[in-house]
Amino acid sequence: MPGELAAQAVSALATVSPEPGAAKPEPLLIADGVNRHFGGLVAVDVTHVEIQKGAITALIGPNGAGKSTFFNVLSGFDKADAGTWSFAGVTITNTAPHRLARKGMVRTFQLTKSLSRLTVMDNMLLGAGGQTGESMVASVFPFTWKAQEKKNRERAMVLLERFNLAAKAQDFAGSLSGGQRKLLEMARALMLQPELVMLDEPMAGVNPALKQSLLDHIRDIREEGTTVVFVEHDMDMVRDVSDWVIVMAQGKIIAEGTPDTVMRDQRVIDAYLGAHHDQQLTASGDSLTEGTSS
Amino acid sequence: MDMGFVLTQAISQAIGVTAIIYLLATMGLNIQFGYTGLLNFGQIAFVAVGSYAIGVFMVQWQGSAFVPNLWVAIIYALLLSVVLALILGVPTLRLRADYLAIVTIAAGEIIRLVFKSTDALGGAQGINGKMGEEFYAINPFPQQDRFDFGPLSYTRNDVWVVTVGWVVIALLLLLTWALMRSPWGRVLKGIREDEDAVRSLGKSTYLRKMQALILGGIFGTIGGIFWAVAKQSVQPDSFVPAFTFFCYTILILGGAARVMGPVIGALIFWFLLVFIEQFLLLLIDNGTITFLEPTQVGPIRFILVGVGLMLLMIFRPQGILGDKKELALDAR
Ligand SMILES: Nc1ncnc2c1ncn2[C@@H]1O[C@H](COP(=O)(O)OP(=O)(O)OP(=O)(O)O)[C@@H](O)[C@H]1O
Ligand SMILES: [Mg+2]
Repeated sequence: MPGELAAQAVSALATVSPEPGAAKPEPLLIADGVNRHFGGLVAVDVTHVEIQKGAITALIGPNGAGKSTFFNVLSGFDKADAGTWSFAGVTITNTAPHRLARKGMVRTFQLTKSLSRLTVMDNMLLGAGGQTGESMVASVFPFTWKAQEKKNRERAMVLLERFNLAAKAQDFAGSLSGGQRKLLEMARALMLQPELVMLDEPMAGVNPALKQSLLDHIRDIREEGTTVVFVEHDMDMVRDVSDWVIVMAQGKIIAEGTPDTVMRDQRVIDAYLGAHHDQQLTASGDSLTEGTSS
Repeated sequence: MDMGFVLTQAISQAIGVTAIIYLLATMGLNIQFGYTGLLNFGQIAFVAVGSYAIGVFMVQWQGSAFVPNLWVAIIYALLLSVVLALILGVPTLRLRADYLAIVTIAAGEIIRLVFKSTDALGGAQGINGKMGEEFYAINPFPQQDRFDFGPLSYTRNDVWVVTVGWVVIALLLLLTWALMRSPWGRVLKGIREDEDAVRSLGKSTYLRKMQALILGGIFGTIGGIFWAVAKQSVQPDSFVPAFTFFCYTILILGGAARVMGPVIGALIFWFLLVFIEQFLLLLIDNGTITFLEPTQVGPIRFILVGVGLMLLMIFRPQGILGDKKELALDAR
């Protein structure tokens, strides 16, 4: 059931021309001339891209297209060789990751980073922002942080319920299954109440039934006013949940548009065919769905 | 020489000055390595700074206006410890974990060799002299020659040293406990598990790692100060890399990332070391063992302790206080 904010996002994007680097009515994240190469290999070469505020944007592309590297650069985990980017109107080029997170831009990782020997609850609490007790001096005076800790714990419990992890709250995160770790990482990112979440393959290794509920979570996040960018290989998922799709291939953005437009785009089909020429694929938008889901 | 003597020796060493020094250094290592995952292989450098600060300020610079008394010297020692932590941490803590390991082990040796070859800092002879006058002057124990606790017997100075040592340990354990159950401690543990995850959640890991390095270093320096005051002598060749490795042994024996881990580890380590030594000497003395000379006992006890540790790693790899469940997680 699309809510009010979702409808706004969709209508805002309706007028945007489906071209690489298209200007958005209300961009939250803008990147210009971002370049990252490893030796001779150009991993990322993005001339211009804008992410619409309040929308769910999917970033797709064949393996090795540079999606994760682009995420790493934007979120400060990797240094770009060139380029500038800004978040909510503030330049954040090469800003340290923890500062970005505090500004409201949080990401998850393709290879899940659960903190194994911390409990699920402690993982969640680590996500909460602005904690007084995280200062060394205040930490030895529990009265300065006990109340805040209690509130965070309640909020964490609500999120864990939502992500079907409440029963695991006191278990070590290392004892979770791969899919559960993906869920935990997403829930943990939400503890920060971010303005923008960047999810790198949040649904990889998650079973189909849970995928559906994850999609619902992603829609919920948008309903709360959070902007979502996610990388995903499963085209059904992309079609299902995203308001806008950006396609990367060989480091470049080759197409943009609503899910339907993009999947009919000849450049996109070529890019995927190029990457999957050993697979049986007909050049139609529909078979693309099968050929690329992994 | 009999079994009672062997046990008395072992117990008195397990709670004695040397064990206290190792325990303080290991408690620092627990904060750095156990909780934060920092590979400090040069804890001895922090201990040496503490010992030498007291030695140099109290003996070499005796009567200087800069260091009016022991208490001021202790404050300087702690400040120098912070400086050392900054020197070691600033260039390495932004890099991968192994850089700190390399730099700390090198720093430990550099510091020892500099002290050993600089006459103004004692040179090869080290520093001998009165280093704890003010400390012994406030000894509240009544004036009498010996203090007997069951089979244990201490001089008036020793009983004061050991008491203060364990009180300091108790206070620092309390501090460790308070820190590690707080959100600050949670960030440290998060850094140990995955630094990038913690950074992605908006925490400065560099700051927290630096704080952990400084705090753990200060614990080691307190051990060093205690060493100088208790033994009234500072010898460069006491500060060898093996010290740090024994600290790691104690930590892993007791259980890393457990507040009481180092205490259990140090008690057992020193008890076993002295017990084995004295027991072998007893057996040689009464003719049960004929194939060993008393001089061979020193090295052999380390071999036996090594075997004991191997058995521990096989049957209880998480240490005495560790949680087996936690360890199993690494295998996944
Ligand atoms: N640290 C690195 N050193 C060298 N090459 C790298 C490095 N990181 C990424 N690359 C290269 O950059 C290219 C882009 O990699 P990236 O991980 O961004 O792809 P991706 O689009 O996320 O792929 P996938 O869908 O498989 O996750 C690849 O060719 C990869 O080999
Ligand atoms: Mg990737």
